[in-house]
Amino acid sequence: MDEGGPSLSRRISARRALLLAAPAFLLLAVFLVYPLEGILRESFSREGGIDPLFEDSYYLERGWFTLWQAAVSSLLTLLLAVPLAWLLACHAFPGKRTIEAVLMVPFVLPTIVVAVAFSALIGPSGSANELLMRLPGVDEPPIRILNTVWAILLAHVFYNVAVAARIIATGWRGLDTRVEESAAMLGAGPVARFVLVTLPALRNSLLAAGSLVFLFCFTSFGVVLILGGPRFGTLETEIYRESLFLFRLPVAAALAIVQMVVTFAAIAVNSRLQRTTAQRTEARQPSGWSAASALSGAVVIAALLLLTVAPMAALVERSFHGGDGYTLRYYTMLDDNVRGQVLFVAPIEAVRNSVVFALATAVVALPVGTLAAIGAVRARSSVAEAIIQVPLGVSSVTLGLGFLVTMDAPPLNLRGSPALVVIAHSLIAVPFVARTVAARLRNLDPRLRDAAAMLGAGPFRTFFAVEAPLLKGAIGVAAVLSFATSMGEFGATLLISRPEYPTIPVAIFRYLGQPGALNYGQALAMSTVLMAVTATTFFLADRIAGGRTGGFS
Amino acid sequence: MRRLCLPVLILALAAFAALPALACGDDGGDSLTLITHDSFNLSEDLIKQFEAENGVTVRLLPKGDAGSMLTSLILTKRNPEGDVAFGVDNTLLSRALDEGVFTGYTSPLLIKVPADLRTEGSNLVTPIDYGYVNFNYDIAALQKLNVEPPKTLEDLADPKYKGLVVVENPASSSPGLAFLIATVDYFGEDGYVDWWKAMRANDLKVVDGWETAYYTNFSLSGGGQPIVLSYATSPAFEQLFADPPRKDAPTANILVDKGVFRQIEYAGILKGTKDEALAQKFIDFLLSVPVQEDIPGQMAVYPVNQDANVPEAFVTFSKVEVAPAAVSAEVIAEKRDQWIDEWTKAVLR
Repeated sequence: MDEGGPSLSRRISARRALLLAAPAFLLLAVFLVYPLEGILRESFSREGGIDPLFEDSYYLERGWFTLWQAAVSSLLTLLLAVPLAWLLACHAFPGKRTIEAVLMVPFVLPTIVVAVAFSALIGPSGSANELLMRLPGVDEPPIRILNTVWAILLAHVFYNVAVAARIIATGWRGLDTRVEESAAMLGAGPVARFVLVTLPALRNSLLAAGSLVFLFCFTSFGVVLILGGPRFGTLETEIYRESLFLFRLPVAAALAIVQMVVTFAAIAVNSRLQRTTAQRTEARQPSGWSAASALSGAVVIAALLLLTVAPMAALVERSFHGGDGYTLRYYTMLDDNVRGQVLFVAPIEAVRNSVVFALATAVVALPVGTLAAIGAVRARSSVAEAIIQVPLGVSSVTLGLGFLVTMDAPPLNLRGSPALVVIAHSLIAVPFVARTVAARLRNLDPRLRDAAAMLGAGPFRTFFAVEAPLLKGAIGVAAVLSFATSMGEFGATLLISRPEYPTIPVAIFRYLGQPGALNYGQALAMSTVLMAVTATTFFLADRIAGGRTGGFS
Repeated sequence: MRRLCLPVLILALAAFAALPALACGDDGGDSLTLITHDSFNLSEDLIKQFEAENGVTVRLLPKGDAGSMLTSLILTKRNPEGDVAFGVDNTLLSRALDEGVFTGYTSPLLIKVPADLRTEGSNLVTPIDYGYVNFNYDIAALQKLNVEPPKTLEDLADPKYKGLVVVENPASSSPGLAFLIATVDYFGEDGYVDWWKAMRANDLKVVDGWETAYYTNFSLSGGGQPIVLSYATSPAFEQLFADPPRKDAPTANILVDKGVFRQIEYAGILKGTKDEALAQKFIDFLLSVPVQEDIPGQMAVYPVNQDANVPEAFVTFSKVEVAPAAVSAEVIAEKRDQWIDEWTKAVLR
């Protein structure tokens, strides 16, 4: 590639490449900018004004806390995700796919279910505390982190560690092992090799994963509200309270704008930090196990089992635990509309709807996101890349209200349509897809494409014959992420979801909304169903996407 | 490159053009749409009966909790998504009325509703059900701690209840707000903040909403607090939905004069409904005895129609014989935000 600045012809082709991102921009213009403009205009036209924002330092403190917890959460997540990524990228071991699938499950769990799971495990009378209190000299529950900032950080790691690890592992697999081998030859120990060679080479993946987690935590809502308790608040929880409960729409709108501006700045900085680094193109072969690596592998797996699997296991255990010993009652009752309710949700129907929405989201988000990533990377436009990520910084409550006020008349009379749910999910999924694909794309050797072009292949042929096979792994990961975002998204769809198509989370909320041990038990049973369905689909998606890379994806 | 861009653009435009075709809502015709909150439910048979009698389809549209439902109603008032809304309560009613969301109707069945449950001087909404917001306690857990159930709200500030009480945040939860209003009436506007400060000093737990309070903090679900701010009907539901079945309830109410809030839920006809006569029939339907008798078992609230019977468990475990806090809708409308602010400063900051 010419390093002396882009030539005229290259600039023109860059502009053309951006056309690939057109579907994504169209999606954003119609379903993000337009509804946001509608709701912001409506909000600011109402009386009230934004004076409460400046009364005292309350909102400033909320803003600071939002930044702080997002930064700390993403650092903690990366700290755990890197060892997991190393395990996934560099080693083969039995049960790997199952573990990968199970670790992704937290991502789709509704916060209130996670709160119940944490409470079952580390609450005052949870299993962990009960176990510890059997030790001599321990009279009070020793673990007391619920409703503290630790609960927020722990939950953010719980939610995001597997997603971050997947993105990092995708980059890791593309690393040129020869550099590491040379370093080893020159006498560098494993630690030095990791710090001096591997870590800098993983720069793009680390930035991609870290910023994604940061954005997720920055707009975190349920975790902060439910696990942190009312003494903590992020901009997003304030937007929720101001717009849906206190009904101070101008204040909510102003906060939503601040949130958007900050996230856009964070994304833009992040995109600029990414570098194009050519990497080798053949898949990395699994390294052998040494005693040390086997031991570290076991430690990583054990730590993750404790952090993510234990709370889920506690939930599953409780779903089988009736008032009089173990029972299947809560499961068998799920299908039985005892009270003859009109809004009853049959579990099989909920599973089907959730899966159909998630598939539809993948069908929209995968091509749109992949094309956008290719366009932006080829055009070397960090602005374009940043724009595609914008939905992650948009307040989901504000967007949901925006849909209500703008999607109410032809040609966009979509308020009553399930298509709007798919669109809302796709808006969040496209950034995930684009980010995953772009991280891999940047590491492809551009000479490959030039060579194909030189040999007379058109852009189509070049893409399908050269780039697509190399992007396969990344697109597989993107598919899983897009599926997961759809299964786990509630914010924007809260106000536009349709009772005709209840999803699994809707069913869980129905049971959790009323007192009584049976309702509680059935909510936990339904949560277990959600976990099982999610783990199974991820397992299958991995099999399909990773099928041709020799089971080592 | 040109070869690639064109099909992509065509595809995108085609997908975009196909979207409105997928829209199925607002089909007009013979349907009635009821906008409500997530806690709404009724027997399917009753809805089917209404559909058969009037030759219409009834569509239900839950919109999150009562707060988000109301915000949706206000934002869509120029082009409402439905014909009737159910679930606005007396803590939020003024906001709906100020915004002019509803159009008036006086149901002939309103004479069956006690006068104190009706709205004074306005026929814009119709009361459908009511419930009480008050503390529940876990009977076994308090016994185990060797602590008597409290008899007054003042008792709760006593050190022997330190760390034993969980309430919902009035700035994000409707029972939380209802109870805050009750404390203003109980302690007076001059005294309620002091009580809340004393509660804070007594290690009061505050959570965002009812689900969290009841299912993660309440000792009955394995949490640390045996006293929870919930509803008077919760003990009845604990007996009705016990597992394994039992004859008594594991929880009981703490009922003190003026220290409980009576939450009345209203239904109203939305301005801009396509079929006002049908909407009126639906309001009558909601007030009819069969629906009123169905409501307690479905939504854990009491019927407003005097002729309706309530389930046995409601009489045994959830009878309320104290006077609820008496704060008028006008005073609530005027002071609500101020009280929430004062509470937030006293308890959270």
